[in-house]
Amino acid sequence: MIDEIYWHSVTLERNNCKGCTNCLKLCPTQAIRIQNGKAKILKERCIDCGECIRVCPYHAKKAVTDGFECLENYKFNIALVAPAFYGQFSKTEDVDLILTALTIIGFDDVFEVAQGAQAISAKTQELLESGQLLKPAISSACPAVSRLIAVRFPDLIKNIIPLRSPMEISAEHARRVAIKHTNFKSEEIGIFFISPCAAKATAVKDGLSVNKSEVDGVISIKDTYLKLAQQLGNIENVKKLTHSGKAGILWATSGGESRATHAERTVSVDGIHNVINVLDDIEDDRLGDIDYVEALACPGGCVGGPLTTENNFVARSRIKRICKHLPQRIHKIDDDIERMWDKPPVYRPVMKLDNNIKTAMQMAIELDEIRDRLPGLDCGSCGSPCCHSLAEDIVRGYAKETDCIFLLKEKLNSLIQQMTDKKEEND
Amino acid sequence: MDNEIHYTYSVDGSDFTLAGEISSKVKKTLRQLGLPSEIIRKVAISMYEAEINMVIHANGGTIDVTIDSDKIRVILKDTGPGIPDIDKAMQEGFSTATNEVRELGFGAGMGLPNIKKYSDEMNISSMVGQGTTMELIINII
Repeated sequence: MIDEIYWHSVTLERNNCKGCTNCLKLCPTQAIRIQNGKAKILKERCIDCGECIRVCPYHAKKAVTDGFECLENYKFNIALVAPAFYGQFSKTEDVDLILTALTIIGFDDVFEVAQGAQAISAKTQELLESGQLLKPAISSACPAVSRLIAVRFPDLIKNIIPLRSPMEISAEHARRVAIKHTNFKSEEIGIFFISPCAAKATAVKDGLSVNKSEVDGVISIKDTYLKLAQQLGNIENVKKLTHSGKAGILWATSGGESRATHAERTVSVDGIHNVINVLDDIEDDRLGDIDYVEALACPGGCVGGPLTTENNFVARSRIKRICKHLPQRIHKIDDDIERMWDKPPVYRPVMKLDNNIKTAMQMAIELDEIRDRLPGLDCGSCGSPCCHSLAEDIVRGYAKETDCIFLLKEKLNSLIQQMTDKKEEND
Repeated sequence: MDNEIHYTYSVDGSDFTLAGEISSKVKKTLRQLGLPSEIIRKVAISMYEAEINMVIHANGGTIDVTIDSDKIRVILKDTGPGIPDIDKAMQEGFSTATNEVRELGFGAGMGLPNIKKYSDEMNISSMVGQGTTMELIINII
């Protein structure tokens, strides 16, 4: 497993990193260590949730996304717009205006992922009612949550609803329409997702349940916002471009997905640490009365993504207003486009100590002994997120006990004492 | 026996919100050992139910967990009121829980049957007025 190459969107901007413990302590998969005064991301553990991007006070964590120059590689470019994008602008709640502006800053056409979301909601409802799903069924929409399940909750992989993402089916549909209405070939058409999060960039390059993504590139909402905000005031002819209902657009905010499935016994949880609590409960069979779980890594849902520009509470309020007078759903995704995923995510056993259970047990015994010697302050000064993980790093051979500044201090004190004693003897 | 991991925990019976903490700790250790997830799930669920029982009925107690290379053995000991009729307590739906506990979503009478369902071996010995000891075994191989 470890030999596998993991591609990640979340990366470190080395020069900005001060080696503080903010990201270290909050990473939900304990994928960060501080080594030689700089953060290091353990690639096999990172789920690209973007939590570290959000908490870093020095902006040393970045998501690698594509730039607008990538549009030059194609003859016809389509912006695939995440519904969270609609809530980013203080000057307007007019979705047609926002979409028209996208056609001015370099895109030839736009397609709303909200439409794919509507189709996925309809299919989810159908699957839930069919009784085929293992309950509670967990939405596959948030790629960071799917990855979290693959590394920390392997038992729950079978609870994930086996559907493609709204982004993927929207991209397939948009490409099909573009081929039909223009004379371009498939490879001449570039489809770019305007993304609120890093995990989507990873999902396109290295999808857990996708063989090959329909999306050609991922551009962040942040990067798009700047270009777009300058244009919003200059548009004279606003085109009629939005065809989404509220069932799709509300996917931008936590609770939207659940509502669109029409299921009664649902849980909507947002924020990666809250998601972990709920997944823990499901794993222990404590959510027996729940049919459907919408779990989103970012606070408030996609509007809280690390690559958005607007405060998520404000964006949520705007999305609500935008949806107020919209119909429930307007179907636009062709029925013959596949809804089911290519394959389930594969368990990535990155937490286990060794492949051999006997060796692993020996290591676990040692780990406990070491942890008992550590002060239990979980300060992070050693570079590991807590005392337990330092003990784990030591048995894995990545760290040593004197990395703990308290044990080091004790050791120094006893050395000084020995030297003083010796000196006194000599005197 | 060589290569055996042993943990002893005490369960606080006065705080309902802490119930389940120990099964959760054990689950993490088992995950680090790389045990198959079906086995981890069996341990986590049976132990959680038993731990909750301890808090509801017996005001806490102690839990001993021994992991060796072929099985996981959990011994839960309390000095609570004891179970007068174990066979009856094993029936689905049988419950002595107070309304207060039921309001918290427990006491549906599925505790013991669930423990039996998720463990490979379950032994209970109980004396009224003295306490209950429960042994759970989950085989690794």
